[in-house]
Amino acid sequence: MSKFKGVDYYNFDSLLTEEEILIRNTIREFVDDNILPIIEDYYMRGEFPAQLVPKMAEMGMFGATLPAKYGCAEMNNVAYGLVMQELERGDSGVRSFASVQSSLVMYPIYTFGSEAQKDYWLPKLARAEKIGCFGLTEPDFGSNPGGMITRAEEKSDCYVLNGAKMWITNGTNADVAVVWAKLNEKVHGFLVEKGTKGYSAPEMKGKHSLRASITSELIFEDCEIPKENIFPNTSGLRSPLMCLNQARYGIAWGVIGSAMTSYDTALNYSLSRVQFGKPIAGFQLTQEKLVHMLTEITKMQFMTLQLGRLKDKDESRFQQVSLAKRNNVAQALEIGRIAREILGANGILSEYPIMRHTANLESVKTYEGTHEMHTLIVGEDVTGIAAFE
Amino acid sequence: MKIAVCVNHVPDTEAKVRISSDGKTIDKAGINFILNPYDEIAVEQGLQLKEKFGGEVIVVSLGGDSNKETLRKALAMGADKAVLLKDDSIRDSFAVAAALADALKEINPDVILLGKQSIDYDNSQMVGLVGELLNLPSVSVVVKLEIQDNKIICEREIEGGHEKVESQLPIVLSVQKGLCEPRYPSLKGIMAAKSKPIEEKQIPAVNSKVETISLRMPQSKAAGKIVGTDSTAVKELVRLLHEEAKVI
Repeated sequence: MSKFKGVDYYNFDSLLTEEEILIRNTIREFVDDNILPIIEDYYMRGEFPAQLVPKMAEMGMFGATLPAKYGCAEMNNVAYGLVMQELERGDSGVRSFASVQSSLVMYPIYTFGSEAQKDYWLPKLARAEKIGCFGLTEPDFGSNPGGMITRAEEKSDCYVLNGAKMWITNGTNADVAVVWAKLNEKVHGFLVEKGTKGYSAPEMKGKHSLRASITSELIFEDCEIPKENIFPNTSGLRSPLMCLNQARYGIAWGVIGSAMTSYDTALNYSLSRVQFGKPIAGFQLTQEKLVHMLTEITKMQFMTLQLGRLKDKDESRFQQVSLAKRNNVAQALEIGRIAREILGANGILSEYPIMRHTANLESVKTYEGTHEMHTLIVGEDVTGIAAFE
Repeated sequence: MKIAVCVNHVPDTEAKVRISSDGKTIDKAGINFILNPYDEIAVEQGLQLKEKFGGEVIVVSLGGDSNKETLRKALAMGADKAVLLKDDSIRDSFAVAAALADALKEINPDVILLGKQSIDYDNSQMVGLVGELLNLPSVSVVVKLEIQDNKIICEREIEGGHEKVESQLPIVLSVQKGLCEPRYPSLKGIMAAKSKPIEEKQIPAVNSKVETISLRMPQSKAAGKIVGTDSTAVKELVRLLHEEAKVI
């Protein structure tokens, strides 16, 4: 198959800076060389390709928007988004790893942590000497995290955590967990290190989606953590939601990469697959499908770029992030399904990336705020009436 | 150690090249240009020498403003500064080498590295021409090198084997695949490259000694031949492979 050249129907690249293009192309090459040759195998075996992590760290993919003094690239949000797009063209699971490390672990430590926490953790997380995870969702509290059961209790020399978290990306392999728990009925953030007594993180098995990614439970049974492991600068439930907003922004970009590879695969396939004496690309029904995919990808690109530009000026609102996450994941999933139709039975084989991407996107549609919750967030924003509280 | 690397801005290996209406040049519209892959190996080797011996890596390119993309990539990989010899006119290998040699004389490097060829016109002349114009030794198609004090030992790829040669610095080397694996620019490197200097220089015209008369596309391949569809065709297939295609 020929090398992926991106999808650019409206000269999108003319809106990017030289650095942004070089960053995107560099990650694209990295994905071509390192992820695509191995990912189907890891996915089928249900294993995370951990050997990629040091390479990704060396290239500076973790915490890439954070300041240089922590060893980070200090790049803008658009460049970060383009990195996510290219990584997810590889696999949503690999992109999820980078999202979690950057947006859900490094971002909260940077935003809510003490100077000592930042100085200790951020350089190690940037170099991936330490891996992190983020625990907010619980078995019974997903869309409604405010109802969480996990509790912290203050003792003279420590905090004691009790409770359980679920659906935690990187949980089992994480050296540190950013855990949200109620202390005196108010949500606070804590850093829990691997090996702490009373803390375990068993892997969840049997997934049909994100198979090249580790998903875990986090269990706290009288887990004592040092006093200095609480985040000093949080403000209730708003703080973990700020983290999710960062991650959702990355997802909005990421799934464009997934959609692009589905479209690109379907386009190439339809040009070479001959039925009734001509390539199926020559049939009206196929052309309608291809044009629909291209249209949605083009719309996503421009909306998400503008969201990134707003974010770089600190003018983006979380409702705008919700709209982009909601739209882009749903469209990428739909594009994956249409691409599978064009490939016919071949579409279900691991020889093509489509089924893997589509199965991944079923998770992405639900995690980091379900499609439905994002509908209601934007719904409340435009009507002024909350439908879920 | 002062290391200079000459880099060329060439059409992507996957680009579909079309000939312009003048019949002598390629139509650049819609073509993606990249850092010449052999020059990328030269940049990597330059960076490795700097990491081992200290000093600086200066990248030099001849061409128009668009060559800055290629210089920026070399800076993102870790080169310290760049020089753009600004001239987009058509030059033969000699006229290119003359411009490079002028600039290199001023830089006065210990080691000058370049790719064994540019994948656009494939002349493979730069190493010899630049060496001659600077009155320096030159070694081509280097796959291994070792430097001790002023002495350099290189291994060259030759037909059916390797040749080991010894020379002195300063020297001009052209590099071949296998010498080292080019690194990806890191995101930090790309951000840092923004503030690294690209010095632009106007350069004098030099008369070319060789003129391109015309370009033509390769002839398209003839259609394949189906010998048969079952096992009875094997004998005929083997005969054709042996007698016509002469591959077995």
